[in-house]
Amino acid sequence: MADDFILELDDVSKFFGTVIALQGVTLRLKRGEVHCLLGDNGAGKSTLIKTLAGVHLPSSGTYRVDGEEVRFNSPREALDRGIATVYQDLALVPLMSVARNFFAGREPRKKLFGVIPVIDMNYANETARDKLAEMGIRVRDASQPVGTMSGGERQCLAIARAIHFGAKVLILDEPTAALGVKQSCNVLKLIHQARERGISVIFITHNVHHAYPIADSFTLLNRGQSMGTFSKKDITKEAVLDMMAGGTEIQSLVDELEGRAA
Amino acid sequence: MSAINESVPNMIQANRAQAPEESKPTDERVRKLSPWRILLDRPELGSIAGTVLVFAFFGIFAGGSGMFALDGIINWAQVAGYLGIIAVGACLLMIAGEFDLSMGSMIGFAGVMVAIPPMYLGWPLWAAVIFAFVGSMALGALNGYLVVRTKLPSFIVTLAFMFILRGLTLVLSTSFANSTIVSGIGDKFTDDPVISALFQGTTFHWLFNGLASMNLITKLPSGDPVVGGLPKVLVWWIVMALAAGFVLARTRFGNWIYTVGGDSNAAKNVGVPVRRVKISLFVLTAFCACLFGVLQVADVGSAAADRGLQKEFEAIIAVVIGGTLLTGGFGSVIGACFGALIFGVVQIGISYTNIDSDWYRVFLGGMLLLAVLFNHYIRSRAAATK
Repeated sequence: MADDFILELDDVSKFFGTVIALQGVTLRLKRGEVHCLLGDNGAGKSTLIKTLAGVHLPSSGTYRVDGEEVRFNSPREALDRGIATVYQDLALVPLMSVARNFFAGREPRKKLFGVIPVIDMNYANETARDKLAEMGIRVRDASQPVGTMSGGERQCLAIARAIHFGAKVLILDEPTAALGVKQSCNVLKLIHQARERGISVIFITHNVHHAYPIADSFTLLNRGQSMGTFSKKDITKEAVLDMMAGGTEIQSLVDELEGRAA
Repeated sequence: MSAINESVPNMIQANRAQAPEESKPTDERVRKLSPWRILLDRPELGSIAGTVLVFAFFGIFAGGSGMFALDGIINWAQVAGYLGIIAVGACLLMIAGEFDLSMGSMIGFAGVMVAIPPMYLGWPLWAAVIFAFVGSMALGALNGYLVVRTKLPSFIVTLAFMFILRGLTLVLSTSFANSTIVSGIGDKFTDDPVISALFQGTTFHWLFNGLASMNLITKLPSGDPVVGGLPKVLVWWIVMALAAGFVLARTRFGNWIYTVGGDSNAAKNVGVPVRRVKISLFVLTAFCACLFGVLQVADVGSAAADRGLQKEFEAIIAVVIGGTLLTGGFGSVIGACFGALIFGVVQIGISYTNIDSDWYRVFLGGMLLLAVLFNHYIRSRAAATK
């Protein structure tokens, strides 16, 4: 049943000098599921997604895409396999227009006078506007700078861009971290939409309230090690919360505070 | 209909906006911008306003002095043209977020690369010119390579080359010519028809002769026009500006320049070849500096160790006046050209007025400061309209 999984990390470790960033982590992403990667700061989430995205090569262990072992030497190679990563900085340039950002690095071209290759700006503007409209964002004019958009809109732009360029796997690095309640909601809706289209999503967060409603399964990371993968039906929100948000730490803090008060 | 209160331009704008949006629901959170506001967001605006101001100033103080007669115009246009050529290169590089402080020294160095081989080594001139261009561009590539490889600020890397090249220019000219000036190269230019046609003197003589015969431009007593033709430096400037402006606005490479300058990490993440873009722009600035040097050597008939002194700063000033951000990611070639034009008009124009020409630098510094403040204001709005 290996081909059930679109991405597989098997017993992957990553070392930076003496630092063990990841230790024997196994992560399996099913086709068309939303898989939540949960962990506190320093748990190794960033290293894990950078390994998936082709920024880092694993120090040991195997990485398989569609059941086939891969060794990505650059993010470009991962991108060519349909693995798109939306980082927290979103890779958007605020001073550039929506359309220019949407197509940055992959500009649509046409021939001017049949010889000179130029950017097809009309196509770029229309496509960017249409793709954002599909995500429920109406852009007055795709030639306006991205700096004029809100944080949530920028997040959606980055996701829409990844989907437009044929992402089969979407890796979202804390997409709701900097957003308000309503905007977070929009992004969650967007993740749902992506799943409806058959795109597999890895959703990194440390907010269980965002993760639980949308996720099909969860992997919890703690200090570079996986605490296991759980299907949604096997685990309650409270259990996830306990495991991830340092439930025991919180409890001991509560005990300590109450003990002191008493 | 509350059209009574609306001014005519507003109505026109409203009508225009309605037509394509009929099928789409409008967003109540989007407010319309006045045409004035859209104009304010253009990077060139500051430099165009500055140009108008400068022309008005000299129109008042030097209007009757011949500054705006044809020979006067050619005079300041030529100064603007030289600076404009390097400003075009500096503009693209600065939009990509880097500086090249070695441009001025490169002008001098390119000059001796052109002048020394034919004068002292027996090379044909055309070979020396090709050598100068190839050599400069290789040095530009080295500059760029060091910057992208070490990730050091280009400011410091090119500052080193500013001194290295200036020093080398001095060493070469004194050791070959026993002087800081390598002279006598003018004749070699005149003797080479192709090189001369490309870099020396003026062109469009037929146009100027024609205009003179129709009495549209002033004639000398001999019947020839007071200005024989358009200096080639101006032709080069226009060609370079049009090409660079086109590349920036319309091509994929232009989009890469903006992306790299706006956020080079983002550029890398979306697959833009950041290093290649930066290195090729350092090659471009070196090419522009070399072009400046060759044109000047052809014009003056000699190379000298102090050629192009401080031109790197003048180019940066022209570019900044033109609305390009020092931090990169935003700017305009047209703006840089207007910046260069302001330079030419002020530098030459001041001698046509009664004002002591020592004030020239004060004027420029003030202009630069104003431009930076203005651009800062524009940018803070363009980046965050919220």
